[in-house]
Amino acid sequence: MPQVNLTVNGRSHTVEVEGRTLLVELLREKLRLTGTHVGCDTSQCGACVVHIDGESVKSCTTLALQCEGASVTTIEGLAKPDGTLHIMQEAFREYHALQCGFCTPGMVMSAIDLVQKHPEGLTERQIREGLEGNLCRCTGYHNIVKAIAAAAEVMHGKRDTLRPAEVMAAG
Amino acid sequence: METRHIGRAVTRNEDARLLAGRALFVDDVELPGMLHAAFLRSPHAHAEIRSVDVAAARARPGVVAVVTAEDLGAYWKPGPLLVPPPPIPGVVFRQRCQVPLARGVVRHVGEPVAMVVAESRYIAEDALADIVVDYAPLPAVGDLEAALAPGAPRVHADLPDNIAAEVRQAKGDYAAARARAAHLVRRRFRYDRGASIPMETRGIVAAWDAKADRLTVWDTTQAPVVIRNGLAAMLGLAESQVRVVAPFIGGGFGPKIMMFYPEEMLVPWAALRLGRPVKWIEDRLEHFFATTHERGQIHEAELALDAEGRILGVRDEFLMDTGAYDPYGLTVPLNSQCTLLNCYDIPAYESRFRAVFTNRTLVSPYRGAGRQHGIFVIERLLDAAARELGLDRVEIRRRNLIPPDRFPYRNEIIYQDFAPLTYDSGDYAALLDKALAAIRYERFLSEEQPRARAEGRHLGLGIVCYVEGTGIGPYEGAKVRVQPSGKVTLATGIGTQGQGHFTVLAQVVAEQLGVDVRDVEVTTGDTDQFDWGVGTFASRGAVVAGAATHEAAAAVRAKVLKAAAEHFECAEADLVLADGKVSIAGVPERAITLGELARLANPLRGAVKPGTEPGLEATRYFGPEMGATAAGVHAMVIEVDAETLRPTIHRYVVVHDCGTVLNPLILAGQIQGGVAQGIGNAFFERLVWSEDGQLLNASLADYLLPTSLDVPRMELHHTVTPSPLNPLGTKGAGEAGAIPVGALFAQAIEDALDLPSRGIEIAEIPLSPSRLWEIVHGGG
Repeated sequence: MPQVNLTVNGRSHTVEVEGRTLLVELLREKLRLTGTHVGCDTSQCGACVVHIDGESVKSCTTLALQCEGASVTTIEGLAKPDGTLHIMQEAFREYHALQCGFCTPGMVMSAIDLVQKHPEGLTERQIREGLEGNLCRCTGYHNIVKAIAAAAEVMHGKRDTLRPAEVMAAG
Repeated sequence: METRHIGRAVTRNEDARLLAGRALFVDDVELPGMLHAAFLRSPHAHAEIRSVDVAAARARPGVVAVVTAEDLGAYWKPGPLLVPPPPIPGVVFRQRCQVPLARGVVRHVGEPVAMVVAESRYIAEDALADIVVDYAPLPAVGDLEAALAPGAPRVHADLPDNIAAEVRQAKGDYAAARARAAHLVRRRFRYDRGASIPMETRGIVAAWDAKADRLTVWDTTQAPVVIRNGLAAMLGLAESQVRVVAPFIGGGFGPKIMMFYPEEMLVPWAALRLGRPVKWIEDRLEHFFATTHERGQIHEAELALDAEGRILGVRDEFLMDTGAYDPYGLTVPLNSQCTLLNCYDIPAYESRFRAVFTNRTLVSPYRGAGRQHGIFVIERLLDAAARELGLDRVEIRRRNLIPPDRFPYRNEIIYQDFAPLTYDSGDYAALLDKALAAIRYERFLSEEQPRARAEGRHLGLGIVCYVEGTGIGPYEGAKVRVQPSGKVTLATGIGTQGQGHFTVLAQVVAEQLGVDVRDVEVTTGDTDQFDWGVGTFASRGAVVAGAATHEAAAAVRAKVLKAAAEHFECAEADLVLADGKVSIAGVPERAITLGELARLANPLRGAVKPGTEPGLEATRYFGPEMGATAAGVHAMVIEVDAETLRPTIHRYVVVHDCGTVLNPLILAGQIQGGVAQGIGNAFFERLVWSEDGQLLNASLADYLLPTSLDVPRMELHHTVTPSPLNPLGTKGAGEAGAIPVGALFAQAIEDALDLPSRGIEIAEIPLSPSRLWEIVHGGG
C-alpha cells in the first residue's frame, strides 16, 4: 500500500493509504481528527474544509496522496497549546455564528483563509462571496458574516480585541 | 424577582467544544472491531419484488452478514405508529407504517431491501452491487390529485384507494356565514415538497456489551428516550439494558424525530446478533431518498367577508401528500388545518383534509410542520380580498385581528396536541404596528415604490402575520444536582441539535441557584443520565424542558437554603444565595459555598434526620395543559429583476412575540435560521420528481440551499406577552422564522411586478426564477 508523508497540525505523519483514500478519510479515520466533517458527497457543503499549506481546500475532494510533503491544518490545530482559541473561533462564539456546529469547522477554516488573502480588509459582500462554498442550515449566515468581519479587524491589527456583538433589544 | 441570568445575551456554553473540533457527533464514534452497514435501496417507486439473491454478496471477502426481510424472522414487522389519530368525531385513519426491509413490494425509491454488514463501508457498498433483485415494476402514484382519480394505481394494494386519512373540523356555522357574506374569495393553492437537509445526515452506531448485557446506541435522533424505549421493546430487552445517546447532532429540523427509521431498527439488531459494534452513516444521496420530506399540499379555500372586509368565515379543503407510509400520523395536516385561523377572529370555519398515499418518500414534520400552509392560504386570501374590496392589505388584516382582551381565545377545533386550539395570550396589533414602523410602510407606498417605478425598477413590499402553536405537552423532566465541586449539573431527556440548550437551560438553573452560567453543566440526550421525556419538536424544548428545569432548580434552591439555615442556625429569610455561596445578609464573611453544603448533605458517618434526602438534588416534571401560542409579523422589501426574475431582498423585518425571552442572542439565531430556511422553501428548494416517481435532483448540486449570498441581513424586534401556561412565561421560537416566508414572497413579488393589475396571482410555493417566468408569461 502506498505511503504519504505529511504534517498535520505541526506533527509529521507517515500513513499507509489506498490510492482512493481521500484526505478527509485520512484525517478522520487514520489520524482520528474528527473535527473535520463530511456533509455531502458532491463537494457542495464545505464542512470538510482544511488548510493545505495555508490554502483552504475541500478535503473530501483531495486525495490523500496529493498531500505528499504538505502541511495540513485542521480545526483541531487552530487553538494554542494552552487551549486559547484562535480569534476567528472566538469571534464565532461571540457573535453566535454557530448553532449545531456541524458546518462550523469548515466555515472557520474558509474564513481564516479569506481574511488572510485580504489584508486590505473585506466588505460584507466580499465575505458573503467568499463563503459561497460553505453551506450552513442553522444560522442564516448573517452572524457568520459579522463574526468574520470582527475577526478580520483583529487579525489585521486594526483592533486589539473583538468588537462586542450587538444584540437586538427586547421590549 | 430580579433576574440575573434569564434574558441576558449569554454566549454559549457548548461553543468552545464545537469550535475546537472536540464535539462528538455520531460519525465520530469509533469502536474496536466495528463493522459498517450499507443498504440496498429500491431503484423503483413501485415494484413487486420477485426474488432477492444475496449469495454473491455473502461470498465477498470482508462481508459479515447480508440481511433481507426473510432473514429478520419475527423481528420483521411494521414500525410503530408515533402519533395516534386525534380524538375528532368521524376521523378516518389508515395505519400503514414503514417496514424494516421491503418484503414482496417496494413503495418508494430508496426503500431499503437488504442490509450488508462488512469490515468496511467500502466492502459493504461493493457487496450491494453483488445483490440481484428481480423487480417487476408497477405503475407508480406520484401526483397528489392523480392518486385519487378513479382507477389510479394503489400504493397499498389491500386498501380500496390511496386515502390515508380524512379529518373534518368545524367552528361555528360556515354555511350561514357564507349566506350572509357581502363578498366571497375563492382560490386554489399549491405548496410543493421540500427537504430539511440538516448539514449532518442521519447515522447510528450500536454496540452490544455481552459482559454487561447492555446495548449502547448512538443515534442522530431528536427523541433519544423514546428511541430507547422502543428499541428495548423491539429487541426484547429491559429499558435499563439499553442506553441511547444523542450526542451533538448536526441539525434536526424535524425529520430526525421520525421513528423508527428502518436503519434505526436494523443497525442495533445487527449489533446484537453479530456481537460486534455496527456503524451506519447515511450519505447525502441516501438522505434525499431515505430521510423524510414535507410540504406537499393542495388547498381549495373560500373566504367569506362582510362589506367592510371583516371575516365571516373560511372554508378549506385540502390534500396532503403523506408518502408511502404514515407512521407520524396527522401532525402536519392538523397543524395546517389549525394554523390557517392565524391571528384573526374567525367566527366560522369548515375544514376537511385528506392525507394521500403516494409512491414517494415518507412525510413527517419539518420546521413549521404544516403551519406555513395554513398561513399561506389565509394570508393569500386576505391579499386577494383586500384588492377586490379596495382595502389596504394592512387595513384588512388589522380589522380582523383578535383584540388583546379576548385571550384566552378559543378556536374550538382540535390541535396537534389533541387539546382544543386555544391561544393563551397575545397582542397582535402591537406586532403589526411595530412591523409597519420598522419597514416604513407609509413611506414605502408614498415615496419609495413610486420613485422606483418611475426609474423602471420593480420594488415590492410584503407584510404577513402568523401564529405558531408551540411548547406542547405531554411533558419533559429535569434533574438538577449541586456537585461537591460547587458546579451544578442538569440532565434532561430532550435531544439537542443546535438550539443552545446547554446555555439557555443553564441560565434557568443559574437564575435559581446564584451560580455562574458557565458552572452549570447540561446533559441532554443520554438515557443513562435522564430517561424520562418525549423529545425535541414543536418548538417545545425551551418551554417544556425549560419549565421542568426551573421547577427542579427551584426545589434545589429550597434545599440549599434549608441546609444553610441549619448550618448557620438562622432563618432562611436571612440568607443570600449568590456567587456560588450562601451568606448571611449583611454579614458577607459568614458564608458557605454550595459545594460545601453539597458535601455536608451527603455525610459518610453520623445520622441524617428522618425524611431527609441525601445531597442537593431534585427532579421535576412539567406538562403544560396545552401549547403556548407565539406570533409575529414579517415584512420585506424586495426588488425583482424584470428580465431574470431574480429577486433581491433589500430589507427584511421580523417582529416576534415568544413571551419571556431567555437569551436574546440565541433567540435571534433561531429566528434568522428559520427565515433562512423559509427563504429556501419559498424560492430555491423544490424536490423534482419524474412521472414514474424518480427524484431528479437528489444532490446538493441540484437541490439548491440558500447560500450566504441569498440570505439577507435581518432586522429583528420583539414584543413580549408572557404565556400564562408555564412558570417562566415562555413560548417556543424554533420554527417561527420559517412559517410566514412563502406568503411573504408571494405578496412581495406580486407587488414588485404589479402582477394583479395583469390578472396574475401567485398561488404556489416554492417559486424560482424559471417558475416565476412561467407564471408571469402564462406558462401554467
